[in-house]
Amino acid sequence: MSHSPTLAPQPSPAAAFLRFVRAYGQETAVLVALLVIVVAVSLINPNYLGPTNINNIVAGNAYVAVAAIGMTMIILLGHIDVAVGALIGVLASIAGTLAVNGYPIWIAWLVPILVGVCVEAIIGVLVAYARIPAIVVTLGIVSILKGGLITVTQGVWISNLPPDFLIAQFRLFGIPSPVYFMVGLTIAAGLWMRYAPFGRAIYAVGGNVEAARTVGIRPERLTVGVFALHGMFAGIAAVLFGTQLQVIQSTVPNNLELTIITASVIGGVSIVGGRGTVFGSTLAAIFFSAVSSALVFLNISAYWLRAVLGLLILATVLADAMRRRQFH
Amino acid sequence: MLSRYVFRHETILALLLVLALALSANLSDRFFTVDNLLNQGRMLTEVGIIAIAMTFVIITGGIDLSVGSVLGLSAITLGVVWKTLGVPLPLAMVVAVLVGALCGAVNGLIIVKSRMPPMIATLGTLALYRGLAEGISQARSVRGYPDWFYVLGQGEVLGVPTQLWIFGALAIVAAVILGYQTFGRVTYAIGANETAARFSGLAVDRSKILIYTASGAMAALAAVTFVSRVSTTRSDMGMGIEMDAISAVVLGGTSIFGGRGTMIGTLLGILLIQTMKNGLTLAGVKGDGTIIVIGSILILTILISNIANRVRD
Repeated sequence: MSHSPTLAPQPSPAAAFLRFVRAYGQETAVLVALLVIVVAVSLINPNYLGPTNINNIVAGNAYVAVAAIGMTMIILLGHIDVAVGALIGVLASIAGTLAVNGYPIWIAWLVPILVGVCVEAIIGVLVAYARIPAIVVTLGIVSILKGGLITVTQGVWISNLPPDFLIAQFRLFGIPSPVYFMVGLTIAAGLWMRYAPFGRAIYAVGGNVEAARTVGIRPERLTVGVFALHGMFAGIAAVLFGTQLQVIQSTVPNNLELTIITASVIGGVSIVGGRGTVFGSTLAAIFFSAVSSALVFLNISAYWLRAVLGLLILATVLADAMRRRQFH
Repeated sequence: MLSRYVFRHETILALLLVLALALSANLSDRFFTVDNLLNQGRMLTEVGIIAIAMTFVIITGGIDLSVGSVLGLSAITLGVVWKTLGVPLPLAMVVAVLVGALCGAVNGLIIVKSRMPPMIATLGTLALYRGLAEGISQARSVRGYPDWFYVLGQGEVLGVPTQLWIFGALAIVAAVILGYQTFGRVTYAIGANETAARFSGLAVDRSKILIYTASGAMAALAAVTFVSRVSTTRSDMGMGIEMDAISAVVLGGTSIFGGRGTMIGTLLGILLIQTMKNGLTLAGVKGDGTIIVIGSILILTILISNIANRVRD
């Protein structure tokens, strides 16, 4: 794919399509599954495609998609972050606290992002230089963040948020702002990882650390940088999450980190590192919303949602495992 | 020679435990009372039982994130099989443990057959098993167990909480298997170098399936004592307990990459966590403050241990 188009023989459209599917198999699969769900459910219950519900599906889970961008990079490197759910909760509370205490709105948006960068950079240093496995570091950080959040907020919800602060409820041309964030950040991150040297280095290190080192990449420095970047996405996700409603709860959705990790994995990130794109993870995040909303429209008890998600994870990863065996 | 013992992870841990015990006793004169210590024993049983099996899992280089969900599903199975299906309670307890073992076996089969990383496979079953528990129960709880059943989780045998006997017996058996039996050797060999273990003719796949099955069964045992202790069955039982168990095992010096770890370390890890929780609570620190300390201790201990390792080498 890397040679210049003038030298390459023009591939037939069918061959090009096949090549695309081969290269982006997982992304294509998620997209097809999403379309199947949408078409099937809307045939049974046309209200599923109503503007309100479409809004809910696409905008409601946008913060998960944004957080999954950073998580995708982390997993590509062969690491994991189980603390991101708790971190998003903490950062949202920081944003809310600043906003109700009369700080300028832009400070209330910016500070949580900076704090996110700092926390994740510290995690990155512990992982890259102190050589503590990421799952151990983030396991410890989870307790610190969760305990810290409840101790500081005393479990009280933050209310009376100034209307200007609620960025997730802004609309442009009738489309809620989280959609712009999700689409914009996904495209920017996707292109950056495809074309920028730093972005491409993520794949190189994830594929083979020693090979990456010999071509002059410094994996430790890259790891800290990628964790910091992941913290930025977590910060943006936290601002979107915290401004969705009129209040900020002192808790985050249970297992939020698992939902984010799952979006990355279903989107095609190979958990052993080195393969996958953020387009896949964003599609997967939308797919999740579509599935959970479909249960409501099909009159299935929401208590089955988690079981359905579990089956989806297993099915995708099994398919991925079988495909890998076929091609290698 | 001396430094080999001084810098051992278990030594560091034992020192920390002594320190934590001394501090706790200093902070509150209620700490070193028989009542309090036995009660703490009751509290640590469920995490402890799960951590025993988790030690084996992590030594093979794997991880089992689904144990909390297996606990929930087994608890719901116990309640539903007994109350809704009208099966006698002793039989329902057996069924619950079998369901847990089956869940574990499914984990093992997926991991072995598809070569899927254990973290991802059990992440999937974490969602699946919890979802089944929620779907089957529809978030309704089961109560009204007969009195004899509460002996398990609330009663005492020879003055010691019943579940502590079970936990102690399981810990001793597991320590012997891990330290002195062929199966334990195989467990370490798999974690140290799976390919080499395979080429040496060890039954790698069968051992792994067995270990994950045991992990599920132990989570189900924890479910039974949990239900008996709190007198009710709910689908959200054991949520997040996998993190407590993994923390205890890792704190105990078991390498998350596999191949290294001891049952003594895990037991010390469990005791240290419970001592700190209890000591801080008695000292008036709220529950949320205690988890901050535990998280910090986890990171610091591994950091110190890593540095000690470098010094020793």
